[in-house]
Amino acid sequence: MIRVDGTGKTNSLIQVRGLDKTYRRGGEEIQVLQRLNLDVDKGDFVAFMGPSGSGKTTLLNLLGGLDVPTHGSITVAGDEITHMSGSKLTDWRARHVGFIFQMYNLIPVLTAFQNVELPLLLTKLSKSDRRKHVETALGVVGLAERMNHYPRQLSGGQEQRVAIARAIVADPTFLLCDEPTGDLDRKSADEIMDLIHRLVKEFGKTVLMVTHDPVVARRADLTLHLEKGLLVESGEPQGVAAGGAA
Amino acid sequence: MKFRGLIFANLFRKKLRLILTIGSFAVALFLFAFLAVVKGAFGRGADIAGADRLVIINRISIIQPLPLSYRDKILRIPGVKAITHNNWFGGVYQDERNFFPQFAIDVESQRQVLPELVVPGDQWQNFVKDRQGAIAGAKTAKRFGWKIGDRIPIKTTLYGSGSSWEFILDGIYHSERAGGDESQFWFQWDYLEEKMPQSFKGNVGWYVLKLDSPDDAVRVAKAIDDMFANSSFETKTETESAFAASWVKQFGNIEFLILTIGTVVFFTLLLVTGNTMAISVRERIGELAVLKAIGFKDRSILFFVLAESLTIALFGGLLGLGLAALAIPVLGAALNGLLPTLILSPAILSLGLATALLVGIVSGLLPGIGAMRMRVVNALRRV
Repeated sequence: MIRVDGTGKTNSLIQVRGLDKTYRRGGEEIQVLQRLNLDVDKGDFVAFMGPSGSGKTTLLNLLGGLDVPTHGSITVAGDEITHMSGSKLTDWRARHVGFIFQMYNLIPVLTAFQNVELPLLLTKLSKSDRRKHVETALGVVGLAERMNHYPRQLSGGQEQRVAIARAIVADPTFLLCDEPTGDLDRKSADEIMDLIHRLVKEFGKTVLMVTHDPVVARRADLTLHLEKGLLVESGEPQGVAAGGAA
Repeated sequence: MKFRGLIFANLFRKKLRLILTIGSFAVALFLFAFLAVVKGAFGRGADIAGADRLVIINRISIIQPLPLSYRDKILRIPGVKAITHNNWFGGVYQDERNFFPQFAIDVESQRQVLPELVVPGDQWQNFVKDRQGAIAGAKTAKRFGWKIGDRIPIKTTLYGSGSSWEFILDGIYHSERAGGDESQFWFQWDYLEEKMPQSFKGNVGWYVLKLDSPDDAVRVAKAIDDMFANSSFETKTETESAFAASWVKQFGNIEFLILTIGTVVFFTLLLVTGNTMAISVRERIGELAVLKAIGFKDRSILFFVLAESLTIALFGGLLGLGLAALAIPVLGAALNGLLPTLILSPAILSLGLATALLVGIVSGLLPGIGAMRMRVVNALRRV
């Protein structure tokens, strides 16, 4: 159940309370997020929309432990991440977060296999176990046949699928997608959204996604709008009612 | 090492840049090895000089003679164990380019004072009996393909007007000390004295004496110079190592020159490699940010950058030193003995490799620390 009023149950997978984020630019303070609350349960799929500069990516960065809030707390699976040290936060990211970026951000000198293997290099898995995991992840995204291809040998949609395989290979607690279809044509975007939707429905993944595209946002269980630093429920929720049951 | 694939993939990202950077290291290390070898060659005389030996030359210059009569007077000074004398011959064998030092030696005392230059007993006996006999250093004998019994004509440039003196090779000496001089050519002082014009007779070029103890060096040297002070042939006595060092200084301050060139080369290499690594890191700052985002720690990022710069330094260093190991013997042969023996010692190789690795670390450190400290959010925004 996704809630933005701060009244979610205490055992929500992701619990955000009173989140503020202020930037200082040239002596001027810019408040991007203000007293933001959010509760997301395991298996939820939420899309964030809003105009440019509304703080969507900032929110995603805070949820992913890439940035620290000015005030407030973020708790994920019982871990309060807002006060973690840099090193602990890095470990936490490796265990809990799968990132999917708009520009895919694959390492161009590594093959699809090697790109997907990267998060597993941080684990104690043996080489053969890593291989099995990577093959499985590439199988899920339908690119098992292309594991030895370099990013330049793949289409944009395929590159994004490799990036999704990299995001899920270590079985993270949740996925953060920043405009995952922003650089793709409609057909490829639909394929990527089908895949993300499948990850939610078949594999029970929790997905938080930033998008500008209302068509893409409609694939989520709920779309939340960021306006003036506040999260606002809007649109027709699909599958999960705002504050209600699926 | 599970990160090896990532490190090598990044290394080969820009092959031309990699080749050029490794090439820079190779050239610098080749030059380093060459300069170190030349410095070593010039300094070797001082390094291997006997601590218990003194060299006595004419106070005005080494080309001025000293009377033979000084020998017995010096021998009477307490602390002097043995004394021998040499004359510079300065002859030409076949061609002026075939330079090697020729000395007229005193057969009775030579081996007492310079025991490390070893001649087999039977060869020495033949030499002593043979007025025209000669002993050649192993290096010179090998250089000209001389065998025992060969007749060796040497054209004199100092005594007589270009007449040719014929010597018979009776023996070949080896140095017992590593890096010792095996290029000399000896013949009997008596033979020189016999053929010398009357006005030159009764003189020697310089004396070399052996002390009872190295501790006597200062006292004996002072005693000798005091003894002949205000005479027509004043002396300058110094330890063999000091004499060798001042000999080298005649060529200029070789050590300073080599150190200056070496420092400039390595400073330039540091700037070139540092700049290359900085560009390489800046080009993929977004990729490094992604690595940090997915859980690679700051120290891992520093490790990747340092591993790359160290690998470049290692391969470039090994290549340069390997080329030097191949080229220096060829160069030494081509110089035809104009320089002392060029020896690329393990110490030079180790120092070269250590210096290369140090440059590798320093050049990778700054961009590595920059990458380590970058904020993922800022770096991703630039992608």
